[in-house]
Amino acid sequence: MTQLGLQRTPARRIQVPRPTRPRGDGRVALFFIAPVLLGFAIFYLYPTIRGFWWSFTDYSLLADPEFVGIDNYVAVLGDSEFWNSMWVTLCYVVLNVGSQTLIALLLAALMHRLTRSVVLRTTLLLPWLVPNVTVGLVWLWLLDTNLGFVNRTLDTMGLDKIGFFTNPMLAIPTISFINTWAFVGYTALLFYAGMLQIPQDTYEAAAIDGAGELRTFFRITLPLLKPILALVLVVSLIGSFQIFDTVAVTTKGGPVNASRVIYYYIYQQAFTYFHMGYAATMAILLVLILGVLTFIQLRLLRASESQLA
Amino acid sequence: MTTTALPPVAVEQPPAPRVRRRRAGTRVSLGRILGWTVLVIALVGTLFPFYWMVKSALTPAADIVSDAGNLWPTNPTAVNFARVLGLLSPEETRAAGGSGASINFALYIWNSVVYCALIGFFQTLFCAMGGYAFARLRFWGRNGLFGILIAALMVPGIFTLLPNFVLVRDLGLLNTVWGMVAPSLLMTPFALFFLRQFFLNIPRDVEEAAMLDGAGKIRIFWRVVLPMAQGPLITIALITVVWAWKDYLWPLLIGRDESVRTVTVALGVYLQQSPNTQPDWTGLMAASTLSVVPVALLLIFLGRRIVESLNFTGIK
Repeated sequence: MTQLGLQRTPARRIQVPRPTRPRGDGRVALFFIAPVLLGFAIFYLYPTIRGFWWSFTDYSLLADPEFVGIDNYVAVLGDSEFWNSMWVTLCYVVLNVGSQTLIALLLAALMHRLTRSVVLRTTLLLPWLVPNVTVGLVWLWLLDTNLGFVNRTLDTMGLDKIGFFTNPMLAIPTISFINTWAFVGYTALLFYAGMLQIPQDTYEAAAIDGAGELRTFFRITLPLLKPILALVLVVSLIGSFQIFDTVAVTTKGGPVNASRVIYYYIYQQAFTYFHMGYAATMAILLVLILGVLTFIQLRLLRASESQLA
Repeated sequence: MTTTALPPVAVEQPPAPRVRRRRAGTRVSLGRILGWTVLVIALVGTLFPFYWMVKSALTPAADIVSDAGNLWPTNPTAVNFARVLGLLSPEETRAAGGSGASINFALYIWNSVVYCALIGFFQTLFCAMGGYAFARLRFWGRNGLFGILIAALMVPGIFTLLPNFVLVRDLGLLNTVWGMVAPSLLMTPFALFFLRQFFLNIPRDVEEAAMLDGAGKIRIFWRVVLPMAQGPLITIALITVVWAWKDYLWPLLIGRDESVRTVTVALGVYLQQSPNTQPDWTGLMAASTLSVVPVALLLIFLGRRIVESLNFTGIK
């Protein structure tokens, strides 16, 4: 066997360059990509087609889907609850992504100018590693109206207690704040990594020219960080639109739907009322909206790419 | 002579820079103090909720009102951990402030560990194989196929979630480990993309040398490529495991049953079972602490690796 093998290899070596090239590594490649292809076909492609089909049907999970044309789309677009949940989600996204990005930029810039401490960075990352359910629970307790630390502190300072989760005006800002707390460290580290890629000599040149810290930040750091800023914004925006866990744990969409975000509404329609077709339709509209947003943001990203030469 | 002459020179030199440094120091010191203040506030703001969680977990349920404003529990106890881990009898649990319903976080943590380990291991392995094929092997339709697979990155989870739930239900896999891990076991577009990117960037020399020695593609992959890719493989496995640990919606739909319930689902159920007017905060915080411990350990032992992995997973 070994002798045969030894004899065969030289022959093959000569064959390999020309005749087998066009055929490529077909059979071996199939072995390598089979699991990935299978996973994609069963759990990404098939459900996408199926979900698309459901959006044209009346499907209650119990009986088979029944074709209804574009009824679902008409119904969703005329559903004030749908628009309310889109509005709520948008408010959440703006508050969350806005505050998260600004604070993260500040923290990243400070770390970049002051310290390389791994301990600091690791600590800032901790909330990101914790399940959102846990984060929601801990803040539900900290912000509890009667016994929560924050309201107890307000009380001892002689201030009125605040119903962070029970006041309809405050529910979404509170949830935005909680998730900003959870993700700001992660975002800051992404910005920090981007800042490390900016050549040190640009800063030295700025220092020689007598530019102050603020001026350096706005004239050097920010413009050179633009591509990463855009990328992180795209990722945060898409992620932020998909908020579910924190709402599910803290308010369950309440009070009176004040925090019923789109994911939660789709979840309710699908698994509380068993309106699968209706839920699939809303999911498709969400895909479209996210697609348009991503496209716009990537366009902005490409426009600013040339800044880092 | 020269050696003895050196020290005085060395002593004489410092004053000049020292003066300069001090002047520069005083000029920015206010900004520096302000900057460090912000960082310290961020640090305290990050850690305080965790501190409060642990503190509340160590507070006896009877003291929850009297200790609500204290920074340290008056009578610290481990009884809340004991009862959420299912170590106490129902009577003892009720005496310690629980509802008496069966709560067994030891089991839920084990379920979560199994869930994360299966997903972390198989997804990394299969995506490494796929990523290698898409980076190195030549076959018909390679780039088009890869483009299609990566397009799945753009599809939000909720869209595939509904049909996947129905599929798992129809296959009779509700409340089984395999039903829970199925959609993430074989691939995620992110892991595939990340590993292909890595394989594109490593030099071909070693593989070519192995090929000249007569090794087949599969052998090269196992013996040469995988060992070389250890770092990125561990990184992607870590990220996958962390995400699996945080998963909530999917395990909530598929694994409500106690035998497969993960930590996050169990926390949600625990909160629901607890009376709305007066939730069992001490028990809930003990359970929350247990859900943080594994990731905190991960961060302590692999913190540098995780932090540095962000530099390239997040950006490239």
